[in-house]
Amino acid sequence: MIFNYITEHVVIVLIAILVSILIGIVLGVIAYWVRLAEKLILWIVEILQTIPSLALLAMLMIVFGLGNVTLIVGLVLYALMPIVRNTHTGLTNVEPFIKDAARGMGMTKLQRLVKVELPLSFPLIFSGIKIALVNSLSVAVMGVLIGAGGLGFPIYRGIQTQSMQLILTGAIPVVLMALIFDFFMSKIERRLLKRA
Amino acid sequence: MIRFENVTKSYGKNVILRNLNFTINPGEFVVLIGPSGCGKTTTLKTINRLIEPDGGKIFIDEKDITKENPVELRRTIGYVIQQIGLFPNMTVEENIAIVPKLLKYPKEKWQGVVKELLELVGMPYEQNAHKYPSELSGGQQQRIGVLRALAASPPIVLMDEPFGALDPITRDTLQDEVRRIQKKLKKTIVFVTHDMDEALKMADVIVFMDSGKILQMASPEEMLRNPADPLIAEFMGKHMSNANMIFTAADFMKTRVTKVSRTTLTLQSIELMRNREVNSLLVINDDDTYFGSVSIEKLRSQGKPGKEIGDMVSDEAPVVNVKDDARETFDKLMTSPTGYVVVLNDDATVAGLITKTSMTKAMGEALWGEMSS
Repeated sequence: MIFNYITEHVVIVLIAILVSILIGIVLGVIAYWVRLAEKLILWIVEILQTIPSLALLAMLMIVFGLGNVTLIVGLVLYALMPIVRNTHTGLTNVEPFIKDAARGMGMTKLQRLVKVELPLSFPLIFSGIKIALVNSLSVAVMGVLIGAGGLGFPIYRGIQTQSMQLILTGAIPVVLMALIFDFFMSKIERRLLKRA
Repeated sequence: MIRFENVTKSYGKNVILRNLNFTINPGEFVVLIGPSGCGKTTTLKTINRLIEPDGGKIFIDEKDITKENPVELRRTIGYVIQQIGLFPNMTVEENIAIVPKLLKYPKEKWQGVVKELLELVGMPYEQNAHKYPSELSGGQQQRIGVLRALAASPPIVLMDEPFGALDPITRDTLQDEVRRIQKKLKKTIVFVTHDMDEALKMADVIVFMDSGKILQMASPEEMLRNPADPLIAEFMGKHMSNANMIFTAADFMKTRVTKVSRTTLTLQSIELMRNREVNSLLVINDDDTYFGSVSIEKLRSQGKPGKEIGDMVSDEAPVVNVKDDARETFDKLMTSPTGYVVVLNDDATVAGLITKTSMTKAMGEALWGEMSS
């Protein structure tokens, strides 16, 4: 039974993170390319992050109704900040002489981005993804309140029945998964940073 | 052929390039040199349109480069920068092959180019092609930087202080290699440096810039022989023979000289000469201006007690201004009947005296630095 909750929890989080990576990198690139959009994009993702997760999910529920989709949308919005910010910072911080060399070689803006700037920013983008993922694992627990599945369910049940055992059955896997993801992704992160 | 026509550039009120006009012929190795901020790097970067001029035109083979697509233009011009700028996420081979790949060379062709180029600088393909830049020494990295610029056989290569960050021995080797490659492949190279040694060693033509203007454009030999500006001579420094250095009379004079008023009496004067151990005195008017000189012999033959020294002065000692060229002063000294030359300030007061001893001492200092004693 608990394994079903775990699987559902992980699947929801991974889908949300994948979508978030796609949107986040695109927004990060736009913030880097378009000076007019830079402040606005960074400001919006920052604001999103400050909304309490419960309030955000409740508002989304009004639009998207009950269920996993609403939770995924909420998680995506929540995960955007570290990914967008790190993408933007990574691209901005590529050494000016590297950019100069790329331009001087006759690379187009898109070629410079794809072949040089994004690969060189990847370690930082990866750190952003790690933070987003570990965060989302715990935020996803809130999903139970808007009718989504995952490990929020046994926890919520435990609260209602005042069963510590049930609460821990839900909470411990969340903590363990967060620790495991953090451990392995930090290892990869260090290797990436060392190569760069 | 690259031709600049009235090229100007400024950032705000800061004028970087003032009306540049010059032509670079095919196959020439042209070095742009000058003090920092003189506009040499800006000039270089206008050629591949990394910087767009505010006014004027640049032609490459009589085609106005602003009419061309900047991206395509850059693919036909090699570019090497001081910080090397190899892409750390790509191997040596990938780095070299960037422009050939952008130009859609087939794989066999660009691989052939990489092999050939690595051979050219004595870095075997098998050992080096698949390394990352961080695994190479600074000198090897810049070799790859140069090869990357050459990979698509551009007729023109721009180099922006490419060896500035290398140690002297590596720099020397790379200079030789680049010169050899340039001769062999008959490239037009435009090379920026602030190092005159490098310019003299590499250049067919040196363009000396200051404050956005060209002070002189000439072969190294011509620039050495006839620097058009004191600043150029200063940059040449140790390469110029001493005779060509800009020395003035002031550099060779001694300032501790014995001056007396023209009303001084004979016996007083002889006493003074004995005390100071000098053979002659410089006589000055009441307003400190120079009047003439008197030697001890003259005092002995003509002087009598009570006679004023002013009546015995001669004007046979040559006189020069402090700002006069040292060479003229030297000639005057050699032919001077008194064995010295009097140096005057602009207001005709005495600045000092040049004797054979002071001249010798000053030349020694110019050659070997400050002398003790």
